[in-house]
Amino acid sequence: MRWWNSLCVLAMLAPPAAAEPLRPYVVEGDAITRSLTGRPGDAENGRRLVMDRHRSLCILCHAAPLPDPHLQGTLAPTLAGAGSRLSEGQIRLRVVDMKRLVPDSIMPAYYRTGGLAQVAASFRDRPILTAEEIEDVVAFLVTLKE
Amino acid sequence: MTGRAPRLLAGLLAACLAGSSAPAGDMLDKRSGADFMSPENRAMQADDMSNPGMFAVLDGEELWNRPEGANGRSCAGCHGEAATSMRGVATRYPAFDERSGRPIDLAGRIGECRRTRQEASPLPHESPELIALTAYVAHQSRGMPISPPQDERLAQFRENGRRLYERRIGQLDLSCASCHDARWGERLGGSVMPQGHPTAYPLYRLEWQAVGSLQRRLRNCMIGVRAEAFAFGAPELIELELYLMERAAGLTVETPGVRP
Ligand code: HEC
Ligand code: HEC
Ligand code: HEC
Repeated sequence: MRWWNSLCVLAMLAPPAAAEPLRPYVVEGDAITRSLTGRPGDAENGRRLVMDRHRSLCILCHAAPLPDPHLQGTLAPTLAGAGSRLSEGQIRLRVVDMKRLVPDSIMPAYYRTGGLAQVAASFRDRPILTAEEIEDVVAFLVTLKE
Repeated sequence: MTGRAPRLLAGLLAACLAGSSAPAGDMLDKRSGADFMSPENRAMQADDMSNPGMFAVLDGEELWNRPEGANGRSCAGCHGEAATSMRGVATRYPAFDERSGRPIDLAGRIGECRRTRQEASPLPHESPELIALTAYVAHQSRGMPISPPQDERLAQFRENGRRLYERRIGQLDLSCASCHDARWGERLGGSVMPQGHPTAYPLYRLEWQAVGSLQRRLRNCMIGVRAEAFAFGAPELIELELYLMERAAGLTVETPGVRP
C-alpha cells in the first residue's frame, strides 16, 4: 500500500472536520498549557488518529512506536519518547501550529485556517483536526515515554 | 501481431543503450524517478515485452498512420517516418507557440496538428488517443537528453513555473520544493520521494492501472497536499512543466516509463 498515492484519492473522500469556529488558545513560551476543549483528551482515540494516515497524516512524515514501521516516513524525528522530551503543553503547541516555532517547517499547522493558499474546496476554512482530536492526539503523545 | 516482436526488440535495445546518461545542470546528483523504484518496477520498465506503456506506444503508431478529419491526411502523410521526423522533438517541449504567444506542451502541439492540419475533432485531455499519440511521439526521443530550448520568449513563463514550484499550497501548506528539492530519497509513508523529474511521460503508473500524462501526475501531487489542482490544460501546468524540464535538463527521456 503506497499511502501518498492513496492519499491523493482519499484527500477528496475523507470526511472533513466539522467547520466550527476555532477556539482561542494562549501560547506561553513554547507551549499551550491549557486544553483546547477544557477537558483531557482520549489517548486511545489519539493513538488511532496518529495511526490513520489519511486523517492525521502524522506517520507519513514521522516514525512512531506503532505497527508497520516500513510504511512510516523518514521526513521528521520519531515520535517515540515525545512524552519524555516534551511537556504536554509543548506537545500541544507543536501539533496546533509548529510554524510558530519553526517558521519554515514542513509540518502542517493542525489547528489553523488562515494564511493558506489554494486550499481544495472540501478542506477550506477547516482545521486539519478538530479541537477534540488535537486533545486526543496530545493525550496519546504524552504516553510515549522512553 | 506480426512485426511487433522485432520492433519491441529494437525498443529493448534502445532502452539498454539509454540506461546511462551524464547529469547536467546545477542540481547535484540529478536522478530519474526510475532510480528510486524497486528492482521489479525497473525491470518492468526496461523490458518492452513487459512494459504496459508499450501498448500505448503501439496504439499511437496505428493512429499515426490512420487518415483522419476533413482533410483525410494521416500524421504520417505529412511527417513521414516518426523515427526520423519526431526524433528529439520531445526533448525540447514545452516550446513557444507562435499562434497563442504562449508555451505549448507536446500533447497540445499534437492536438493543434489534429485540429488545424487534419481538421479533425479535438482529442480531450487524457483521452486514450491523445495519450497514445503523445507516447508514440515522445518514444521517438527515448534515450536522448532533455534539452530545453534556449528561447527568450519562454523565460517569463519558466520563471512563473519556478514560482509555482516554490509556492506553498493546500491545507497541508507544502510546496513542490518542500518535498522534491529538500527531501528526495526520504520516505513519505511507504513511498520513496523522487526528485520529481518529468522524464518518462506519458507513463504507466501501477496506482492508476493506466498510462497517464505528466499533468495527471502533477494534479495528484496537488490533491495530495489538499490543494485545488489546476485543471488539465491550464497554463499553470504547462509553466510548471517548463520549469521541471529545465530542472531535468540532461536526464534522458524514458517514455514510456513505469512508476509505482
Ligand atoms: C509533512 C510532514 C509532517 C507531518 C504530516 C507531521 N509532522 Fe510533526 N514534525 C515534522 C517535522 C519536520 C518536525 C521537526 C521540527 C520541524 O522541522 O518543524 C516535526 C516535529 C514534531 C514534534 C516535535 C518532536 C520533538 O521531538 O521535538 C511533534 C510532537 C510532532 N511533530 C507531532 C506530530 C503529530 C502528532 C502529527 C500528526 C497530527 C505530525 N507531527 C505530523 C513533520 C511533520
Ligand atoms: C508531500 C510531498 C510532495 C509534494 C508537496 C509534491 N510531491 Fe510530487 N511526488 C511526491 C511523491 C512521494 C511522489 C512519488 C509517488 C510514488 O512513487 O508513488 C511524487 C511524484 C512526482 C513526480 C513524478 C516523478 C516521476 O519520476 O515520474 C513529479 C513530476 C512530481 N511529483 C512533481 C511535483 C510538483 C510539480 C509538485 C508541486 C505542484 C509536487 N510534486 C508536490 C511527493 C510530493
Ligand atoms: C497537413 C499536414 C500535417 C498533418 C496531417 C499533421 N501535421 Fe504535424 N505538423 C505539420 C507542420 C507543417 C508542422 C510544423 C509547422 C507548425 O509548427 O505548425 C507540424 C508540426 C508538428 C509537431 C511539432 C514538431 C516540432 O519539431 O516541434 C508535432 C509534434 C506534430 N506536428 C505532430 C503531428 C501529429 C501527431 C499528427 C497527427 C495527429 C500531425 N502532426 C499531423 C503538418 C502536419
